[in-house]
Parts: sequence; structure tokens; C-alpha cells
Amino acid sequence: MRRGRWIVLGVPWFWLLLFFAVPFFILLRISVTDMGEQLNPFAPLVDVQAGHFSLRLKFSSYVSLLLDPDSGWGQTLYIESYLLSLRYAFLTTCLCLFFGYPFAYFLARSPSSIRPLLLLMVMLPFWTSFLLRVYAWKGLLDDAGLINNLLMLVGLIDEPIQMLYNDISMLVGMTYVYLPFMVLPLYANLVKLDLRLLEAAQDLGATPWKTFWLITVPMSRAGIVAGSILVFIPCLGEFVIPSLLGGAENIMIGRVVWDEMFSSNNWPRASALSIVLILGVVIPLAWFNQRLARKVEEESK
Amino acid sequence: MQANRWHRYVSRLWLGGVFLFFYLPLMFLVVFSFNSTRQDSQFTGFSLRWYQALGQDTRLVEGFLLSLNVALLSATLATVLATLAAYALIRFGAFKGRSLFNAMLSSPLVMPEVIIGLSLLLLFVGMERWVGWPGRGATTIVLGHALLGMAYATVVIQSRLKEMDRSIEEAALDLGCRPYQVFFLVTLPNISQALVAAWLLTFTLSFDDVVISEFLSGPGVTTLPQVIFSYARRGVNPSIYAAATLLMAVVSLAVVLYGVHTSRQMRREAYRPLD
Repeated sequence: MRRGRWIVLGVPWFWLLLFFAVPFFILLRISVTDMGEQLNPFAPLVDVQAGHFSLRLKFSSYVSLLLDPDSGWGQTLYIESYLLSLRYAFLTTCLCLFFGYPFAYFLARSPSSIRPLLLLMVMLPFWTSFLLRVYAWKGLLDDAGLINNLLMLVGLIDEPIQMLYNDISMLVGMTYVYLPFMVLPLYANLVKLDLRLLEAAQDLGATPWKTFWLITVPMSRAGIVAGSILVFIPCLGEFVIPSLLGGAENIMIGRVVWDEMFSSNNWPRASALSIVLILGVVIPLAWFNQRLARKVEEESK
Repeated sequence: MQANRWHRYVSRLWLGGVFLFFYLPLMFLVVFSFNSTRQDSQFTGFSLRWYQALGQDTRLVEGFLLSLNVALLSATLATVLATLAAYALIRFGAFKGRSLFNAMLSSPLVMPEVIIGLSLLLLFVGMERWVGWPGRGATTIVLGHALLGMAYATVVIQSRLKEMDRSIEEAALDLGCRPYQVFFLVTLPNISQALVAAWLLTFTLSFDDVVISEFLSGPGVTTLPQVIFSYARRGVNPSIYAAATLLMAVVSLAVVLYGVHTSRQMRREAYRPLD
């Protein structure tokens, strides 16, 4: 029993420490490394000279995120791309919530005979290459593409509108990819909703609209938060969609990290960018999500 | 009554609209894989030339084979690790460091992939420097995908383990099974469906991943999504539409066969005489 337990716990512990915890500390370490003239990202952090220890930490990677030598504090490309990424992530989350909430709601209320089929249809596109599904939008949103042609045919527009390589294509692409991540947690939440509560509200004279806002929405807030986080965070670091559907100015933080790493070979700066993203956004949001989930669980008891 | 009809009307419209949004790009891929020219905005005529070109494209074929290997290995590794982790979380109660364990396990779910890729790359570069293993290539991609897949697989297996009736495990113990026998002969068969689901999920994740592969692959090692990514950035290549169409055909066929199989099984069970 003892030994079995040791193996069952030890193997995943070892795996997680080696491939999750250690890389995080390496990231942290490289972000404060002074690469020196040999451009060694693993240059020692501690100097030993004649028995004296001295730390060689370099915070200039962090400073350079904020300070541009030419234009001053807060005017850097990095801040710009952080803000741009936050903006896209926020807008995508709003769009996913707007289209996804009613979708998940109607899905949960659909006749139980066709519900498994509908759910399967939500997940089916996952099995085709995500890249190709994004890439297909390039043809659809093109100036001579299907959507422009359709809009002109109906008479809404007279000449094609530019929808590719700008905000429209970015938001369409990101909403398209992340909508299922919003729908599935919301559906899981809404399908469990106790319908008797809605009946009770109706019996007591609430209009359907009022019932929806005062009962359905508050009861499903754990699903809303979970879905929003599942959309917001991956959007923030999105790498593929901007390179296929974005224009030259749509440079998001994922791309900047990549360029610092492989084009500029500035490993400390790439690491510092990631650390800022983790500490500034990922951890607070994950913490918030966990706290809310616990609160909802306690309330339901 | 009026409100009810209105509700049904809006419901159908909204469901239909979003499903159209989901399937529009897929329809586009299918239609344009049969296009006779390279154009991707106008359909100029029916042809099968892109399907012929597909077999001759060695980069695509090699990428496909590599992706298949990587996905098989990483899905298996991820499922084994996830089974152990889920078992520990559900059966061991409050062991030491449980919350840290849980946090590390689920973080890849909410971590931008670029950061997972970068931090693993730094680890592998460091490891190569200190222990000389593993050089960047297929191995590192498998490890990266397994880390991501494990997080998803654990969620699936954990929820099944939670539902499982513990008393049959206890019964096996009472009847003299050793703990490892209980694990292999009682627990695993009982959660086998969840294991298959977790394996399939991590397989698809790996087969479709491009970001982690881009960070962790070495020279000469390119998975299928990486090949597609480089084609897509360079311009139109309807061969990849053809590849996508074939993939869709295979998946739809598998889903239909599975559906027929389960419904037949359900019918058989429904008609089975009570004993």
C-alpha cells in the first residue's frame, strides 16, 4: 500500500515539478540575467571574487519594457502590444458572451431528444485543423470573398468593405475560435438550473425578462466567469490568429515574445515579458475564478 | 402562449445563426478544395487536382506521419500521468501539498500557450547544456504536448472517478485483492470510458497544436500543423483544403459509426430480458 501510494503520487509530482515548476523558475532567472558579452542566457547570477559573493542581477529587461530611450516612460512597443492584446481579449470575451450566452441558454432548453446531437455539432469542428478553420476566414472575408459579395447582392453596401487584416478579421477569427470555450461551461451550468425556481418566479408575477435577469443570470455566474477566463487568457497570448488574419499593426504580445526570442535573441526580455503576463494577468484571474467557484459551492450547500 | 412561440422562434434563429457561423469556414474548405484554380475567393470550376497534389507533397505527408507519432505518444503519456494524478486527487484525501499539486496540474489550462512553449524551451536548452538530453526535436514536442494534454485529461478522468462507486473497490479489498490488483482490475475498467475520452481529447490537442511545436521543434522536424502554418502564411495552397476535407470526412464517418454503434447497443440493452 505504502509503495503503491508513493508511485501514484511521486510520478506526477516529479513530472509537474520538472516540466512546470522548474521552467517557471528558469524563466524568472533568465529574466534577471545579465547575458554579458558572450550573450550567455545562463550566465551566473552570483559572482565569487576573492571570497566575496556578489549578486549580478539585471533588471534592465523589466525597465526596458516601460522605458524607451527615445520617447520616454510608458511609450514602448511592449506597452502598446500589451494594451492591444488586452483590448482584443476583452472585446473577444464580450462578443463570445453576447453570442454564446443565448446560444448556451437555448441549447440547454432544447428538447432533450436532439440535445446530444446539437452538443456534438458544437464540438465537431474541433476535430478539423484549427489553423485551417482560421485560414478559411481569409477567403470568406476577402474583398472579392463570399461575405462582401453577399452584402453587395443584398444591397447593404455598394462596394466591398475592407474586412481583412484589421479589427474585423481579428475579432471574427478570435470569436470563431474561442466561442465553444464560452459555450461549453455556460451550457454545463445552465443545463443544471433548477427549473422550479423559474416557475416560482413566474407564479409570483415576474415577467420572463425579469426572471431571466434576476434568476437565470445570477445563478449562472460561475459559468460566465469560467467561460470568460477560458476565452480571455488564451486570447491574450494568441499567436496564430494575428499572424494569419492580422495586419502589420496588429502585433499582439505573443508575437512580441516570439520575436524577442528568435529574431532579437534577447532571451531575458522575452522572459520578462512572459513573467509580467503571468504575474499581472494569469495569476490574478485564476485566483479570482477559484474564489468565486468556492463561494458558489458554499452557497449551494 | 404568445411568449412561448416567440421564445421558440428566437431560439431557432439564434441556434441556427451560430451554427452557420461555426460551419461556414468548414463548408468553404470543402468547396474550395475542389476548385480548379488557386483562387480562394471565386469558384472557377470543379477539379480533383489538389487531391492529386496532396499525395505528392512530401512535406505534408511527412508532417502528417510525424504528427501522428507525436500525438499517439503524447496522448498515451498524458493519459497515464493524468490517471495517476486524478487517482491521487480523488482517493488520497488531503495529502501534503495537495493544493500546490492541484494548482500546477490545472495551470496549463489557463496559461497562454506561448508562455508554456517559451518556458519549456528554456528548460530544454538548459537541460541540454547540463545533462546533454534531450536535443530539440520530436521528443521535446511530445513532452510539451503531454504537459498540456495532462491538464485536460485530468479534468475528464477526475470527474468520472468522483462518480464511481467506491464500495466495489472496498468489496474487492475485503475479498482479499491487493491494492494494486484493485487498481488494475476494478478501478481502471470502471473508468475505461473516461480514459478513452481523455486519450482522444489529448490526441486531438496534440495533433492540432502549432504554438508549442513551433517553440520546441528542432531543425528538420515539422509537424503537420507547422507545415500548414508555413503554407498558410505564404499564400493560398488548396492542397491543404483537400487535406482538411479528407480529415473532416474521416471524422464524420467515425462519429456516424460511433453513433450507430451506441444506439444499437442501447436498443439491445433495452430489449434484454430482466433476469
